[in-house]
Amino acid sequence: MRPATSTMRELIGKKDFYAGGLMILIGLGIAIKGTSYRAGTLMHMGPGFLPTALGVILVLIGIAIAAAGLTPAAPGSEEDEGILPANPQWWAWFCILMSPVVFIILGRYFGMLPGTFGCVFVAALGDKDKTWLGTVILATIVTVFGVALFSYFLQVPMPVLTSPLQFGVGP
Amino acid sequence: MIATSLTSLWYGFGVALEPHNLMFCFIGVLVGNMVGVLPGMGPLATISILLPLTFGMKPVAAILMLGGVMYGAQYGGAICSILLNLPCHPPHAVTCLDGFPMTKQGRGGVALGLTVFASFVGASWGITEMVFLSPLLVRAALQFGPAEVCSLMLLGLLAGSTLARGSPIKGVAMTVLGLFLGSVGTDLETGSERYTFGLTELDDGIELIALALGLFGIAEFMNSVNQVAPINTKYTNVSIADMRPSKAEFKRAFFPMWRGTIIGSLCSLIPGTGPTIASFVAYATEKKISKHPEKFGTGLIEGVVCPEASTHSSVQGDFIPTMSLGIPGDAVMALLLGALMIQGIVPGPQLISQHPDIFWGLVASFWIGNIMLVLLNVPLIGIWVKMLAIPYKYLYPSAMFFVCIGVYAANNDFFQVGEVVAIGAFGYLLLRLGFHPAPILLGFVLGPRFEENFRRAMLISRGDMLVFVERPISAVFVTLCVLLVGSQIYFRLKGSKADLEPADENKAVKIPADLAPHQATPAE
Repeated sequence: MRPATSTMRELIGKKDFYAGGLMILIGLGIAIKGTSYRAGTLMHMGPGFLPTALGVILVLIGIAIAAAGLTPAAPGSEEDEGILPANPQWWAWFCILMSPVVFIILGRYFGMLPGTFGCVFVAALGDKDKTWLGTVILATIVTVFGVALFSYFLQVPMPVLTSPLQFGVGP
Repeated sequence: MIATSLTSLWYGFGVALEPHNLMFCFIGVLVGNMVGVLPGMGPLATISILLPLTFGMKPVAAILMLGGVMYGAQYGGAICSILLNLPCHPPHAVTCLDGFPMTKQGRGGVALGLTVFASFVGASWGITEMVFLSPLLVRAALQFGPAEVCSLMLLGLLAGSTLARGSPIKGVAMTVLGLFLGSVGTDLETGSERYTFGLTELDDGIELIALALGLFGIAEFMNSVNQVAPINTKYTNVSIADMRPSKAEFKRAFFPMWRGTIIGSLCSLIPGTGPTIASFVAYATEKKISKHPEKFGTGLIEGVVCPEASTHSSVQGDFIPTMSLGIPGDAVMALLLGALMIQGIVPGPQLISQHPDIFWGLVASFWIGNIMLVLLNVPLIGIWVKMLAIPYKYLYPSAMFFVCIGVYAANNDFFQVGEVVAIGAFGYLLLRLGFHPAPILLGFVLGPRFEENFRRAMLISRGDMLVFVERPISAVFVTLCVLLVGSQIYFRLKGSKADLEPADENKAVKIPADLAPHQATPAE
């Protein structure tokens, strides 16, 4: 038997510990919120019954995952990799996540054309070999074909160009 | 029975050969083949991107096209594996082992040619199975009450999450999470809102397309951006003439091809064991029965055609439980089922009788699509090979646009574009923590139906949980569930999980451990 403290320390360094922890947190959240809905009886189930049960199950699975992290690394598991990849790409991740946000803002107030351009442009900025010119060219090409396909051919109801002063584009 | 199936099939060909449907089937297989070749784009992301485009289409055309993407991608994936040694799609990982050495010896063309042929054989067998087995399954399934449906779903969910990639227990966690996400929104029975946090946009639940594109689009892009190594296209000069196998090669490939086909079709009958497991089992079997197992990995044609035939036979076979029972075996099938549900079609055993045009049209289109793929792959091989060289830095920004506009077009609502950002970031976190998000989709699609049937079963049994083991058919499913979980725990404790891990001594390609299936035998 190893002393509990070293076991604890070993556990905290492991990916499965956080994986299990995340599941426990989510499960707790689901279960606690679920109790605010009517659970009902097994025969006449209320809206809260199944989600609360799922939350509890998720907590139990989370505990099992964290506990499984205690056993010596299972053969063929992905234990050698940390939670962050070897070379974290914070800038690229930011760009990818911002790209739909730019699409929402520009698309909502200025229309599909600027929305598309902004979305592709921002996403492309994330690549480490980008050039400004290349990014602009890519964004232009995708915008031309994308707007043609979605606005004229598939008729997605979104104005191609609009101005924030004209309201009535949606909520 | 057989005669009715054949008449229905004939009717199906009538549906599939309508010019409109034929065109969408063609678009589907073409796009599928294309993305199958592109490293870093999977069928899941592609089907989700195309999903919003199908809203304006008739259900038949929509499902023919999306189905076409699915099996078209399998053809493309083989090209990627054989010529580039890139297992960009899990089912084709084993094909690299012998496919790439063949390419290095200058026989890549032959490998491709025979693969196309083997794929066609495998697919045809899978389709034949679908024609004759589905009506039988439906006949049985129509007897099912809510208790049986419920335990069958449980079996499907457990199998889908534990037999797929990655750690089984994490797979179950993802399924449970998916089931929960499926319950967000207005409760159908009582009308009360659940987990909407006051956001009216969430009243209708989380949007399937936002979930799929977040998990398989954005999260995947975050995972691969700036991580994709430049591709070695040294060996990619293949012409049509190279693809013709000699008589001796054809003879050698003939029996492995059939063995692969049979293995694939057996695997597809077990819920949850998709094409990835089928191809690994096929390769391992072929190696075991070979007279010279030590030569595997040096470029044996047997090691290429057997797993490929098996993949295709299993891909087509996977449609059987999806279409006849409404229980998808993996995330792609769940997505296709979701597409049908968006069109207002209720999946389940009644689908074949209520919408024969969809079912039989789909079956017939499989054959037509597969013939199209053979015709596409042989002369266009040069173009596919060129597509391999498209750099990722052009690919993912363009795909981001399709993600955004696709999610927007689903409901013409910007809120859901925001949803996709949140789901994408969360999906990437899950990926980094060693979860494979595919079972989320499985749980999400089945969740509402599971809840509905569970409630109904409990109402009928007056709240007695024992109903699941008292009814014989349901008891069988529950027993299978217990066996499945029990065997997983047993293998985990025993610590030996991959008897199947092919060719350890072979360093030609390193198969990521998470691609290797966990089960030792398909006879689970």
